[in-house]
Formats: sequence, C-alpha cells, structure tokens
Amino acid sequence: MAAAIEFSGVSCTFVGRESPDQRYTAVKDVSFGVGAGEFVSIVGPTGCGKSTLLNVAAGLLEPSAGSVFAFGQPLRGINRRAGYMFQAEALLPWRTARENVLAGLEFRGVARKEAELQAEEWLRRVGLGGFGDRYIHQMSGGMRKRTAMAQTLILDPDIILMDEPFSALDIQTRQLMENELLALWQARQKAVLFITHDLDEAIAMSDRVLVLSAGPSSRPIGEFKVDLARPRDVTEIRSDPRFIRLHTDIWSVLREEVLKGYAQQMKAVA
Amino acid sequence: MRGFQLRAAQAAVLASVLVFWFVMTEPGLVPSFYFSNPNQAAFFFGQPLKVFEVILEWFVSGSIYKHLGITLFETVMAFMIGTGAGMGMGLWLALSPTAAAILDPYVKALNSMPRVILAPIFAVWFGLGVWSKVALGVTLVFFIVFFNVYQGVREVSPTLLANARMLGAERIGLLRYVYLPSAMSWVFSSLHTSVGLAFVGAVVGEYLGSAAGVGYLILQAEGTFDINTVFAGIVVLTVFALVLDAVVSLVEKRLMKWQPRSSETEKL
Repeated sequence: MAAAIEFSGVSCTFVGRESPDQRYTAVKDVSFGVGAGEFVSIVGPTGCGKSTLLNVAAGLLEPSAGSVFAFGQPLRGINRRAGYMFQAEALLPWRTARENVLAGLEFRGVARKEAELQAEEWLRRVGLGGFGDRYIHQMSGGMRKRTAMAQTLILDPDIILMDEPFSALDIQTRQLMENELLALWQARQKAVLFITHDLDEAIAMSDRVLVLSAGPSSRPIGEFKVDLARPRDVTEIRSDPRFIRLHTDIWSVLREEVLKGYAQQMKAVA
Repeated sequence: MRGFQLRAAQAAVLASVLVFWFVMTEPGLVPSFYFSNPNQAAFFFGQPLKVFEVILEWFVSGSIYKHLGITLFETVMAFMIGTGAGMGMGLWLALSPTAAAILDPYVKALNSMPRVILAPIFAVWFGLGVWSKVALGVTLVFFIVFFNVYQGVREVSPTLLANARMLGAERIGLLRYVYLPSAMSWVFSSLHTSVGLAFVGAVVGEYLGSAAGVGYLILQAEGTFDINTVFAGIVVLTVFALVLDAVVSLVEKRLMKWQPRSSETEKL
C-alpha cells in the first residue's frame, strides 16, 4: 500500500518579494514518507522549516524542487485527503463553535441538517457537548483547540497534519488534549504528521520521530522508531525507562541542532 | 453619579438652556440691551414656546409625516445603494490588485472631492425629486463602506484563508464564507457613520432644492424669515437622527454578537 504522504527530494526556496536576489532555502532535499495509519512526529530547532514541510504536504505551498505523493498520486493543488490543524488561531470568529465544526461539511455541500447532526456528535466527542452555541471569543484556549480538532476531524481525512497544535496551551490542558488526540487516533488509525518542538510530546505520541537539522537548508538527520506499547498515557509514559532512553538518544542528536539554530538566530539579530 | 441623578442633571442643562432662550427672546421681559426694538431678539433667535407650537401643530395635523417619510426614504435608499456599491467595489478592488493599482489615484481624487458640489449636477440629472438626494447620499456612504470593505478583505488572516481552503472552500466558497463575513464585520463597525452620512446627504440635498422633506420645510421657512419654523425643523431632524442612531445600535448589537466586548462577566 502506498504511503499516505511521501516526500521525494523536496526543496523549498523562498525569494524575497522586494529583492529577488534575497533567497532563503528553508528545506533541502527532504525525502521521507508517512505510512497509512502511522503517527510520525517531526522535531527540530525553531525556524528549521517544519511548518514549510507541512504546508507542502497540505498542498498550500508548492516545492521549488522534488515532488510529493499522496497515496501514490502526485500532489497537485490542495491535498484533498488531508486535514490541517494550524498552530495559530484559524477558527472563523463570526461563527459559533458548532458552525465552525460543520464548516468543512458546509463547504462541501452537505445538507444543513446532516451537517449539524455530525457537528453535534463531534462536539461531544471532543468534550464540548453543550458549548456549540459559544462564539470563539467566549471560549478558552483549550476549548478553541478542541473546536479546531473537531473541525479538522469531522471531514475524516486520511492524513492529519498538525503544526504544534497544543503549543499555546498550559501543560495540564496540553496533556489532556494529547491523550484525547491519541484516543481519537487509536479509534480511526489515520496517518498523522505531527510537528512539535517538544521532544517529550513527540516521543509520547508517535510511532516514529524525525529530527530536522537547523535551518537554512534543513533536512532530516535522524530517524527513531518509538516501540512503546499502545494505548499510551502521555503523562505516565514519561517515566518508562525506554521512553527515557529514547529521549536521551534523540536529544543527543537534537541538542547540537538546537544550539546551531540558536547561534544562527543570534547572528541574524546581531 | 447614580443613574437618576445623572438624568436629572442632564434634564437641568436642557431646562436652563430653554429658560435662558425664553427669557432673552420674550419681547419686553428683559429691557433690550443690544437690539433697538424689543421684538428683534425674537425675530432673529426665535422663541422656544413658538417653536414648540410649530412642532405640535406639525404632529397634530400630521403634515410632518409626509416630509419625514420622504427624508427617511432618501436616507434608507442612499444607505442601501451606497453600501451595496461600496461593498461590490471594495471586494473587487481588494481581490484584484491590478485593478486596485490602476484605479487608486481616481478613488483618492473622488474621495477628496467635496461631495456637496455635486448636488447641482444631480439636480440636473435626476430632477428635484427624491433621487437627486439619494444620489448625493450615495456618494457620501459609498466611500465609507468602500474603504472599510477594502481594509476588511485585505486584513483577513492568511491562516484563516489557508484553513478554509483546507476545509474545502474554493474561490466562490472563500468569497462567501470568509471574505464577505469579514468585510461585513467592517461594514457594521462603520454603520453609525454611514447611516449618519446618508441622512446628511438627504437633508443637504433637500435644503439645496426640493419639493418635499424636512430639509424643504427648513428651506421654505428660511425664505419667509420664519425663524421659529427653521428651529422646529432642526429639532425634528435632531430627534429623528437620534432615533435612527438608536435603531442602528439595536441592529449592530444583534449582528455583532460574535465580537468580544471589553467585559462580559455577569454581575451576581
């Protein structure tokens, strides 16, 4: 069976809008795949092009070189089999939680009644039953993330792209959400490409962790299989000896890149 | 200050202005110190009781309703046409940078032109009826709405757009579900200004030449030096504008309920 998403020699070079000779290569020659039903995390220092890769996988960004395949088909335009959970706030503020959750169905022309029924079901599933009439500004950060999760998952995408979805949450809410996401994923076994800068989160959730080198021209420099038993509890698993060993192994690779990335940022500021 | 005290103080301000007006203009009450004739103060400044009489007469006989109706019609039409045109144009230029770049100097020039000087042209084009007033109001409303929609569309967050695209919205979908609602929120935030300007356009248009409307009443009274009727017209217009503003506030509250208010905690 073809991989849910397959990067093959993908490079992305951004050109300054005002000055064409100002170029920045975010990622260079990236090749890896995410199998159907697999949970893969990408970790890397800040500014290493993690989000760029996700945007390429979503079809929002066309790579400068290389190609992307979704279930064996070369990707053109928006990846219709993907759902994308953004890092930043992406809910429509003039819609209630329910209207936000059913937005995807509405855009696809599903009948209103049916869409509302499914939205209610998903709101309950993410623990927001009874909050459907709240507007975005009336909800807490955690509730917004739940809404965004329901909004993405209601379309039942075959691959879920997540860009540091929980980075803005406090640690307790965050671990709750991580467990909820794992439970939802466990039930449906969709492919997940998860981006985070938090190594604990990456190991606790994934089947596989990829380490990206510091930018510019980032590429994967390490790949680690996480063979911890499922179902997992993200809080408890942190004290598992194998978790700790994996953490040490991955951190030894990541550490250097984080320092490199930091040094580059300091240089850019100076 | 408590609510009741505040209202009482506000009423006191109005009362003292009216009393001052009455005392200074009532012939023979105060020895005239500026005018040579004791009746001249009343001639130039009107008298509050007479003004009140005129207003009362208008409403009792019902003759004012026709004029109010016409002014209201002109205001509403100017608002609707101006808003529609402003939204269409704003959406178009915001989504088509080339067109925006070409038309930019002309939009700026038209906006900086004092719109009142167009009134004679509109009178020639549309006659002295309601439509020349509507046209004047439209030129005022259009630019307010246009600039707001233009801004609103251009400031839609890229993440919001990317999310809508990932959820399956195509060109038309983006327009309908993202750009339009976002632009609408900017239009609503300028609702008070645009309705106010539609009203200004209607009244100024009537004042410059018309056959009906509250502005026409003022124009007629001015022609016969009937200062009391002029003041009566002004009072009716002011109250009318306040009512219009209250209606807009009500509509705004309903339509903008998704927007955060500064404080929304419940008092227990």
